[in-house]
Amino acid sequence: MKLSITLATSRRILAQLRHDHRTVGLLIGVPTLLMILLRYVIDNPDAFDRWAPMLLGVFPFIVMFIVTSVGTLRERTGGTLERLMTTPLGKLDLLLGYALAFGLLALVQVGVVTAVSVTWLGLDLAGSIWSLVLVAVLDALLGMALGLFASAFARTEFQAVQFMPAFVLPQALLCGLVVPREQMASWLEWISAVLPLSYAVEAMLELSRGDEFTSTLARDLAVIIGCVIVSLMLGAATLRRRTA
Amino acid sequence: MISSAVKTVDLRVDRGGREVLHGLTFEVPRGEIVGLLGPSGCGKTTLIRAVVGVQIVKSGDVTVLGLPAGGADLRRLVGYATQTPAVYSDLTVLENLRYFGSVLGAPRDDADRVIEEVGLAKERDQVVATLSGGQLSRASLAAALLGTPELLVLDEPTVGLDPVLRQELWELFHELADRGVTLMISSHVMDEAARCGRLLLMREGVILADDTPGALRAHTGTDDLEEAFLRLIAEREEARA
Ligand SMILES: Nc1ncnc2c1ncn2[C@@H]1O[C@H](COP(=O)(O)OP(=O)(O)OP(=O)(O)O)[C@@H](O)[C@H]1O
Ligand SMILES: [Mg+2]
Repeated sequence: MKLSITLATSRRILAQLRHDHRTVGLLIGVPTLLMILLRYVIDNPDAFDRWAPMLLGVFPFIVMFIVTSVGTLRERTGGTLERLMTTPLGKLDLLLGYALAFGLLALVQVGVVTAVSVTWLGLDLAGSIWSLVLVAVLDALLGMALGLFASAFARTEFQAVQFMPAFVLPQALLCGLVVPREQMASWLEWISAVLPLSYAVEAMLELSRGDEFTSTLARDLAVIIGCVIVSLMLGAATLRRRTA
Repeated sequence: MISSAVKTVDLRVDRGGREVLHGLTFEVPRGEIVGLLGPSGCGKTTLIRAVVGVQIVKSGDVTVLGLPAGGADLRRLVGYATQTPAVYSDLTVLENLRYFGSVLGAPRDDADRVIEEVGLAKERDQVVATLSGGQLSRASLAAALLGTPELLVLDEPTVGLDPVLRQELWELFHELADRGVTLMISSHVMDEAARCGRLLLMREGVILADDTPGALRAHTGTDDLEEAFLRLIAEREEARA
């Protein structure tokens, strides 16, 4: 691993995004639009205060999952990965390069959605806004790392996109967003306890309730960071210098 | 000083559950331009992948510049251009080469040097997706020239190029060889064979001949290398029958 190579990789990914205005527009515009929609569909400020932070945790996760799984699949099928594997670039350089670039993008995405929510939509957040941004960016990194891992199992972009519902929707259903986890059948609650998104949503829930840095919040953050590291390592294991 | 740039011993490779390289043994001397020729599907790309160290090998040895192929110490010394151009289609030519250059630890102005060398100066700031087919393959070739490779492995670098451009690229290859760089270049156009210092003729995963163009002509008794190749095949068939 070499810092200059990692940074060059992030710069390259950001340059690719810079050439693709529409994707960047969608990445930032869609979550904002959904948040506005949510605000007026619910039409109840108290309920919005509970829902909005949870969605702020889920959006970046989903979006980064898709962008990364398609992006890395393109590197695999386009031959650039094979070429990079013959250069001094280390697997970690590539992974951290992606993490850095998409982490930055997630920061912008979450920043815009949060700003719109707090100002225009009147979101009243009990917890600190910085913790919310921190959790949201970690969620984005988690989505990125899982997307990278998932892309190893896709041969085509069609398959990669289908991994989104496969990887993400069960987590979204079980994470406590739709039904609180305590109210689920015990086997479902047990499954939800091993899915990382559950902790992301729990952390957001804590933030919407009060501004103390509770031990639950600390545990949730630790679990999310742990999952990011494990998925990045799984992702690294799927990058092979030699293939058949 | 190790005399051979590439050396394989009884190299066997399986692809898709089938053996596609059946025990190749050959050596490429340093500073030489070696043409890798043979019909489509005979295993040129597979052999090249084994040399640059991205191919899973069933058995046998591949040594590059005295080291096992694909080792970390070789990654700065071996330039590789894949058969299907491998560059980022959503970046400009310059952005692509700057990126590959920094990965290789090449100086920053190296990108401009290789852009000149492959004749893409006018397309320098053009997004790769909008390049013509020949320009695209030259952009991919340029990335292999970055830094100071001692071995260049080029998989059909001149496909789809007009005679003038091909002539220029072959001049470049010879300049590089004069500086001591070894080049391994695959092609299935026989008229390029005459420009190589040595030829490796392959067919169905075996090596038919490993010689200089002159020796091949003498051995087969014809001046035309395409004809020589056909005679070698016939000779083989006879020997087998
Ligand atoms: N990924 C793969 N899975 C299964 N079989 C493969 C794979 N790649 C190549 N092959 C087979 O291995 C053999 C050698 O292929 P290779 O690409 O090395 O040929 P080549 O000489 O480079 O051909 P061309 O001149 O058309 O590029 C072919 O029969 C091909 O069908
Ligand atoms: Mg080939």
